[in-house]
Amino acid sequence: MAKYIESTSADFDATIAEGVSMVDFLAPWCGPCRMIAPVVEELAEDFDGKAKIVKVNTDEEQDIAVKYGVRSIPTIIFFKDGVQVDTMVGAASKDAFAAKINGLL
Amino acid sequence: MLDCAIIGGGPAGLTAGLYTTRGGLANVTMFEKGMPGGQITGSSEIENYPGVTGEITGMDLMMPWPEQCQRFGLKHAMVEVMKVDHNDDGSFTIHKGDGTSEDALSVIIATGSTPKRAGFKGEDELFGKGVSTCATCDGFFYKGKEVAVIGGGDTALEEAVYLSNICSKVYIVHRRETFRAAPNTIKRVMDTENIELILNATPEEVYGDKMGVNGIKINTPEGLLDLQVPGVFTFVGMNVNNDVLKKEDGTFICDVNEAGEVIVNLRMRTSVPGLYAAGDIRIDAPKQVVAAAGDGAVAAVNVIPYVDEVKNSREK
Repeated sequence: MAKYIESTSADFDATIAEGVSMVDFLAPWCGPCRMIAPVVEELAEDFDGKAKIVKVNTDEEQDIAVKYGVRSIPTIIFFKDGVQVDTMVGAASKDAFAAKINGLL
Repeated sequence: MLDCAIIGGGPAGLTAGLYTTRGGLANVTMFEKGMPGGQITGSSEIENYPGVTGEITGMDLMMPWPEQCQRFGLKHAMVEVMKVDHNDDGSFTIHKGDGTSEDALSVIIATGSTPKRAGFKGEDELFGKGVSTCATCDGFFYKGKEVAVIGGGDTALEEAVYLSNICSKVYIVHRRETFRAAPNTIKRVMDTENIELILNATPEEVYGDKMGVNGIKINTPEGLLDLQVPGVFTFVGMNVNNDVLKKEDGTFICDVNEAGEVIVNLRMRTSVPGLYAAGDIRIDAPKQVVAAAGDGAVAAVNVIPYVDEVKNSREK
């Protein structure tokens, strides 16, 4: 079963360096973050081998959040070969996230 | 064909699911694009849910609901509903975000509401970059910093008090002289040292750069005030989520009032037989968890005989 990647500042740059990545910036106490959690898990399965689905806990990894100007959670940033190409703020449907990823593949 | 389709997974939708399935409907699906719980999961503190005492967040309150509500066979479809059609034979078609659709004998619409934008310059551009409608989500980005709260209702004041525990200072910007929140909440605001009130004032413009908000300009009786704060939280009311009931020509499949709220009777019945509404989406909704849950139960106990009757007449 494919799983999302839980990334920290130690491996973040390497994680998103190649291919398409969707990064979910979240915190454990955030209601809308929790709402999309099962969606993110399904996306990790659906895009297994095609795109990386990454979670960053902004409570612990504030450096990454600051670097990308994340001031609201959940913020979802899409990367292609390490370059930030798109950003979504707030909860959205699985189809909306999948459409963004498919647009980059 | 579903016995009942419930659109939305907040307190109203979950309770409707509990009552329809426990009441005997076999084939009920609740459509909710993510984890159920609803907008209350963003609230920092619930003081007014009967039977629940002590400090509890909206997320804590909602945690056990989905499991309980699904115990009697409620199914959860994790997909967004785009549109509900009312068919000539009285049934409904639920159009889903993945392009597929499903038919149902009855529908309980419990799509809730979404925070309104306040409408000042820069708000849309800087939303999520310092402008926020969720203090529990985003408050911690402003630890030890100053923030502004826009609004003067219950939510604005409760979240201002929450933010005052994290931030060095909270400015409440309110367009009137007095507040229309609960007296207990107003007292807590007045007793909080690091909250400053800016009354009879309206935001003019929020400004910032690529990294986010740097400040907000406010029209006050004394002239334009420039508050150099990195965070602006707006709590100025809610818009109902009624898009799923809109037809292609922009009219609605059932009667709504001028604010777009669904008109219901005391049984939560809309103008369309088989279509019920519950929670924030309906007229005169008090926008409280306990009321939304109550609506869900009312709608469900009335949906059950409706579905039985339709099934009987179809068999004849």
